[in-house]
Amino acid sequence: MTHRHEDDAHDHDHDHAHPHAEISEGRPGYYDIMETAVRELLIDKKLIGADEIRRQIEVLDSRMPALGARVVARAWTDPAFRARLLADGRAACEELGISFYDDTSLIAVENTDKVHNLIVCTLCSCYPRPVLGLPPDWYKARPYRARAVVEPRAVLAEFGTIIPDEVEVRVHDSTAMVRYLVLPKRPAGTGHFSEEELAALVTRDTMIGVVPATVDVAGAAP
Amino acid sequence: MDGTSKSAGLPGSVVFALGEKPIFKPGDRVRVSTRSPVGHYRVPTYLRGKSGSVERVIEPAAVDNEEEGYGRNAGSKRHYYRVAFRMSEIWPGYAGSERDGLHIEVFETWLERGER
Repeated sequence: MTHRHEDDAHDHDHDHAHPHAEISEGRPGYYDIMETAVRELLIDKKLIGADEIRRQIEVLDSRMPALGARVVARAWTDPAFRARLLADGRAACEELGISFYDDTSLIAVENTDKVHNLIVCTLCSCYPRPVLGLPPDWYKARPYRARAVVEPRAVLAEFGTIIPDEVEVRVHDSTAMVRYLVLPKRPAGTGHFSEEELAALVTRDTMIGVVPATVDVAGAAP
Repeated sequence: MDGTSKSAGLPGSVVFALGEKPIFKPGDRVRVSTRSPVGHYRVPTYLRGKSGSVERVIEPAAVDNEEEGYGRNAGSKRHYYRVAFRMSEIWPGYAGSERDGLHIEVFETWLERGER
């Protein structure tokens, strides 16, 4: 086990067709080496198994914004579900079969004519991964994390979102066990849309709160 | 009878353990401590010393990850709260609407009772 990565870093001939993708180019960085060392120690000491790591990556890979979009579309079409979602975000998502493998809570915050919600994690990259999958790179980058709490309206404007002065901008800084999901406003003129058609309008960014949901999403139905 | 409560239909009264009940309730004014301990904690620096109001108590109480990160008191739980701040309270030169706000969860250990 301990030599596996040295083998991967390797000397063997590369002219043959490769069954696996190149894992990295050049020398591994400081944190690559630390991650490998910690992982191998944990496995050697039998605290976790290699299969648990593999499985957890599968779990993460199975989570994507389409899950959150289903939650939003259901809330738009089912008032009782919307009420349950706003009362207990996690329980409502679990109704749709979305598990909270990381044991976080979820607070769903609703955009209205009076309030626009924006999600950030200034300390790191807390994100509703069970529902949305991995966060975008800009969400983890320092400029977004720092500026979202200092000048949220300027940040929103850079995403093309202009919030009128009479609307309250409410920034949610995720710091501990709670994650946030924005329930965007249902776009006007979608009264005849099916739940699936509505879900197609709900992008990742609408659920972080940087843009509104619109009917202009590329590839959206009708 | 502070810290006790009469239970209807039962004799006597129930005394709650220290820390069992949340200290703050929704609407309470609170101030974030200005401590700067060495270690792992979840209160951003920009909120130290800022005043806000408790929006809700987050139930159930959660494992204190600030202690857990060091293997101390692992498993002990603390109350934590969703606290609302005005942006203009956090940033004196804030350039948005006076309505704009910031909402965040803070462990009870970081909150002091604020002015009414």
